[in-house]
Amino acid sequence: MSALLQIAGLTAHYGDFQALFGVDLTLQDGETLAVIGANGAGKTTLMRAITGIAKVTAGTVTLAGEDITRLPAPEILTRGIAMVPEGRRLFPSLTVEENLLIGAHARKGNGHWTLEKVQALFPILKERRHNPGTALSGGQQQMVAIGRALMSNPRVLLCDELSLGLVPVVIKEIYAAFPRIKASGTSIIVVEQDIGQALRVADHVHCMMEGRITLSGRPAELSRSAIHDAYFGVSHA
Amino acid sequence: MTPSRPLGLIAAFAALAVLYALPAIAPRALVQDLFGVLTLLVLALNWNTLAGFAGLVSVGQQAFVGIGAYAMFAAIILMDLNPLVGVLIGGLAAAAFALPMAFFAFRLNGAYFAIGTWVVADIARLGISQWKALGGGTGTSLPKGTAKDMAFVDRIKAALDVSSAAAADALTYWLMLTLAVAMLVAGHVFLRSRMGLGLQAIRDNETAARSVGVDPVRLKALVFLLTAFGTGLCGALAFIQITRVTPDAAFSVIDWTAFVIFITVIGGIGTLPGPIVGAVIFYALQRLLADYGTIYLIVLGCLGIAVMLFARRGLWGVFTGRTGIDLLPLTHRPPKSAAPQPQASRRTA
Repeated sequence: MSALLQIAGLTAHYGDFQALFGVDLTLQDGETLAVIGANGAGKTTLMRAITGIAKVTAGTVTLAGEDITRLPAPEILTRGIAMVPEGRRLFPSLTVEENLLIGAHARKGNGHWTLEKVQALFPILKERRHNPGTALSGGQQQMVAIGRALMSNPRVLLCDELSLGLVPVVIKEIYAAFPRIKASGTSIIVVEQDIGQALRVADHVHCMMEGRITLSGRPAELSRSAIHDAYFGVSHA
Repeated sequence: MTPSRPLGLIAAFAALAVLYALPAIAPRALVQDLFGVLTLLVLALNWNTLAGFAGLVSVGQQAFVGIGAYAMFAAIILMDLNPLVGVLIGGLAAAAFALPMAFFAFRLNGAYFAIGTWVVADIARLGISQWKALGGGTGTSLPKGTAKDMAFVDRIKAALDVSSAAAADALTYWLMLTLAVAMLVAGHVFLRSRMGLGLQAIRDNETAARSVGVDPVRLKALVFLLTAFGTGLCGALAFIQITRVTPDAAFSVIDWTAFVIFITVIGGIGTLPGPIVGAVIFYALQRLLADYGTIYLIVLGCLGIAVMLFARRGLWGVFTGRTGIDLLPLTHRPPKSAAPQPQASRRTA
């Protein structure tokens, strides 16, 4: 495997507040990577900095060898990084189908993900295609948000807090789609507070605290106490 | 297609046929009245695209009417061009003015954008009032016989067996009606396109729209320019019939923006048929209350407030909500091919 996304010394701000302090991270092609951490650890700012929404003040983001650090958000999307934002952010005046179609707005040419394939991944989205996107349940809305991101045919899919506000059975249903997304050739970065879920889906896990990576490794290599220490910043007695 | 749609389309074509035939069968006063209503309808269609779909609540549309009118007068008086060429120049001048206006106004949001556009329009009014060649603050008139000398007027006069003035009225009426139809069709096509979908996404949530690759600034700027062009054309055409222009009349916020907002709001902002419904109601009220002076304006104001309070989607929105009938739906369907595959050249973001 080769490095698809390389983040080196990334520093970014959330408003006036410095949220990232020289973060280093590597996503290999075909890999699923989880970033875990408590509220305020800087996970969402990391996602926003990668996608060009948050202003990067130092460091670089490289996608397949190309420096994309300061490109505008639409350009980064065109190059193949799509995000499923925290809180879904569906468009309330658009139907489910239109919410999916708008995901292809920045797309260039053909690719694996089509409307039919997204609807096959989440069949409920075909059933409810004429409903307003925001009239669906939280889990179904999350499926729309994932489908919308996939419609841009991304090489890297960033998922910010997919499990937020969802019941475990729905979270399980959503994460059950990940192997098929991965099999399509899309690499994934998952930001999660749910440690157990992150460990189940990820090939590599990075723990963040106060804007820094405090622990990295394969899920099988990381002990519960090490994760606890890195997550909360206190020694596990 | 629902069963109501073919019936609706037949009714729309029939109404359009009657409207086009009107100068041949109706008194000249009615043609002149309807010209005024069509002028407001064209302005409302443009403002609706701007505010209802792009979220740009401009209170400075009178700037484009005024610039369009004055550019048309300049083309006729100073350059001795054909009035119809002058109308086109009016539209282009308004679009050209929209560029620097957007440069300043797009740095403002919400209420500040509205106030900013108003201020820029007033600066334009003050600037135009310094143009001595076109009469300065007191304005100027079109040379005698300009409207009657327009292309096609002689043919219309012969065909309808009417006076030159009535033929000129018929020509400007047909042009305004055609402009209204063109705006409606163009608006429908645009809003059902990928760019239209992007525009609706921006209206819902600009940050989220940006995250799916929509470029809000470019798309809004495009809409701002196109609606300025349409508004400028309309302004120029309106003042051909009026034949006299002054800065206060051409840049009137009440005539060219306040009434237009009223029409759009009561009809249904963010819907295509809304401005048509609003224009019909506006005309009906104008006729009914013509003898009551300022009471007419009070009734308009009260109706506007009532609609905003109790029917926020406008009367067309209420009708659509209750009956499920939408003659011009803006729903987007996936392309017929297996996958949505926009070409790079069609990209807006």
